[in-house]
Amino acid sequence: MRLEDHPIVKFKRGKEVTIYFNGKPVKAYEGETVASALYAAGIRTFSRSFRFHRPRGFFCAIGKCSSCLMEVDGIPNIRVCKVYVRDGMRIKTQNSFPNADSDLLGFLDSIIDRFYPHGSHYKKFNRPRILREFVTKQIRGFAGAGDPPKKVFEGNASYEKIETDLAVIGGGPAGMSAAIFAARAGAKVILMDENPFLGGQLVKQTHRFFGSGRHRAGTRGIRIAEILADEIKELKNIDVRYETKVFGIYNGVVGAVERDKKLLEILPKKIVVATGAYERTLVFENNDLPGVYGAGGVQTLMNVFGIKPGNVGLIVGSGNVGLILTYQLMQAGIKVAAIVEAMPRIGGYFVHAAKVRRLGVPIYTGYTIQRAIGKKKVEAAEIVKLDEKWCAVKGTEKRIDCDFICIAIGLSPTHELLYQAGCKMRFIPELGGLVPLRNRYGETTVEGVYVAGDVAGIEEATAAMMEGRIAGIDAAIKIGYGGDEALKVREEVVRDLKEFREGPFGERIVSGLKKVSIEELQEAEA
Amino acid sequence: MSYLVRGYLEEDELPPKPSKERLEERAVAYIECPQEIPCSPCIESCKYDAIRMENINAPPEMDYEKCNGCMQCIRVCPGLAIFMLRLKDGKGYVTLAHEFLPWPKKGQEVVLLNRKGEEVGKGKVTWVLPPERNDQTSLVRVEIDPDLIFDVRAIRIIEEGE
Repeated sequence: MRLEDHPIVKFKRGKEVTIYFNGKPVKAYEGETVASALYAAGIRTFSRSFRFHRPRGFFCAIGKCSSCLMEVDGIPNIRVCKVYVRDGMRIKTQNSFPNADSDLLGFLDSIIDRFYPHGSHYKKFNRPRILREFVTKQIRGFAGAGDPPKKVFEGNASYEKIETDLAVIGGGPAGMSAAIFAARAGAKVILMDENPFLGGQLVKQTHRFFGSGRHRAGTRGIRIAEILADEIKELKNIDVRYETKVFGIYNGVVGAVERDKKLLEILPKKIVVATGAYERTLVFENNDLPGVYGAGGVQTLMNVFGIKPGNVGLIVGSGNVGLILTYQLMQAGIKVAAIVEAMPRIGGYFVHAAKVRRLGVPIYTGYTIQRAIGKKKVEAAEIVKLDEKWCAVKGTEKRIDCDFICIAIGLSPTHELLYQAGCKMRFIPELGGLVPLRNRYGETTVEGVYVAGDVAGIEEATAAMMEGRIAGIDAAIKIGYGGDEALKVREEVVRDLKEFREGPFGERIVSGLKKVSIEELQEAEA
Repeated sequence: MSYLVRGYLEEDELPPKPSKERLEERAVAYIECPQEIPCSPCIESCKYDAIRMENINAPPEMDYEKCNGCMQCIRVCPGLAIFMLRLKDGKGYVTLAHEFLPWPKKGQEVVLLNRKGEEVGKGKVTWVLPPERNDQTSLVRVEIDPDLIFDVRAIRIIEEGE
């Protein structure tokens, strides 16, 4: 399952280690996450659903979907896609007996449910008391997610108070650009990311980017991540904190945990939130079957860890993510059976579609996926034609044999931190979901809190970098750095971004942005 | 906009073609990029002012007389939408970007694919820009039937035993 040769990426694998999955040894390499190592070993069922014990597998690979919760070294409910392998690590599936792969509880559940439906434990087995206590204990044994932790934290927890000019949350294209431009203007910056590396989702973008040369068009996403990381390394006034999770913004104070053992209290003058987005799923029969994956999850597995997701894939959605993923799968030697697109036309750039079409991949426009077929993992998919009213046309069902399905229908902003910070939010479908109101430089309704990148509205990495630059430089200006030169740079990027969005692909974004622009809303009020 | 339903261009949707005389003179860039997308590396890479673009979203327009076939644009195009075309001594040549393993070798016979992925014949690789010299995008020139230079848009390596 591990890729050795790839036309674009050279996979650097660390030392070989052994981890134990439900007691069985599994070979892994340092630098791999537990989820990817298990996947490479052919393990497909990662967990069971809470209620009906349906098998669940890998999905997003970036810690957003909770499909991969397992017990790691005695601690329950760990997202194994965010944990890196260590020699001798013990991993156990939870909520299942004897394990998630062959779970008897699902069977038991269907019988028990018939006689004692949901809620009946409030009324049944109440008397005598001894019976109630016995039954309650048994029910508690089955319920809940995972067993209680078997060990307590033994390390030395520490605390650090940091005073700085700018706190940047998220080290993807937007966050890195914000940090660089604020630091260049002279601001002292702390840049935090939950991963042990910077780059966000750029690290899996093996294709060359669009846009203008000034914004690194023609360069591969993976190289842009390296270039930005190098620029950050050179700037001595950026303090990078890896594996740091920000959990809240309290009246301008940022709370975070570094490497699970150090509490950070950050007192910045300004904050840039660049937390990115998470993948959406789609409603269809069996959409939780192992083998139905997020498009980004597959990119992570394949382009970051060099692990083949399967042999034949079906792509749902023909936006740029779906088209690019198709091309990347083929580069890894994996067959793509088809791309299905519910809209009557291809959603992404034509040139991306042409790239895979000339290699013989069929694109079904006006079709959607109706169900995933398979018992414990995907064996095929059924697609169906849609009429003008988006209803399935009977008799047009087609079976497509595949062993995995990629959902590439879009993303939603990771907005929770902004909500918690008190930013005024609005649901804007054009921008992918809940997004904050902001002014032309990205400052939200909470003074000093900026937003940039996909969390401000789903777009793409080039726009995210421009938004990051604008937010970073504006924050620096407001603190008092940069002078006229900074003002000039800021206006230049604002102009470039405006021009970038002027074409038909920017129309949707621009119409969405109008609804959250503080300037436009004030104008409408006046 | 029906190419957006199919995913490939039909004959009547192709950009204006360079003349036969021009193709016989020297290689020329042919850009199949009809849609308005925010992208401009081709025009930025052109030293001969052969590409016109009103703004970053406008589709590129070629001036075939100014193009000298230097291949800078084909190296950077993120859409892999540029092809170098040439007619010489009764043979046709197409140079295209290629990012798949195994890397083609000079002298090798390959299967030719059109825009729909259909096999339209076989051709011979006459030149390869090694992938490491262009950040892993190799350029491959194939010698083909001259009537096919506006059809052949991809190649497939013939597997052993095929």
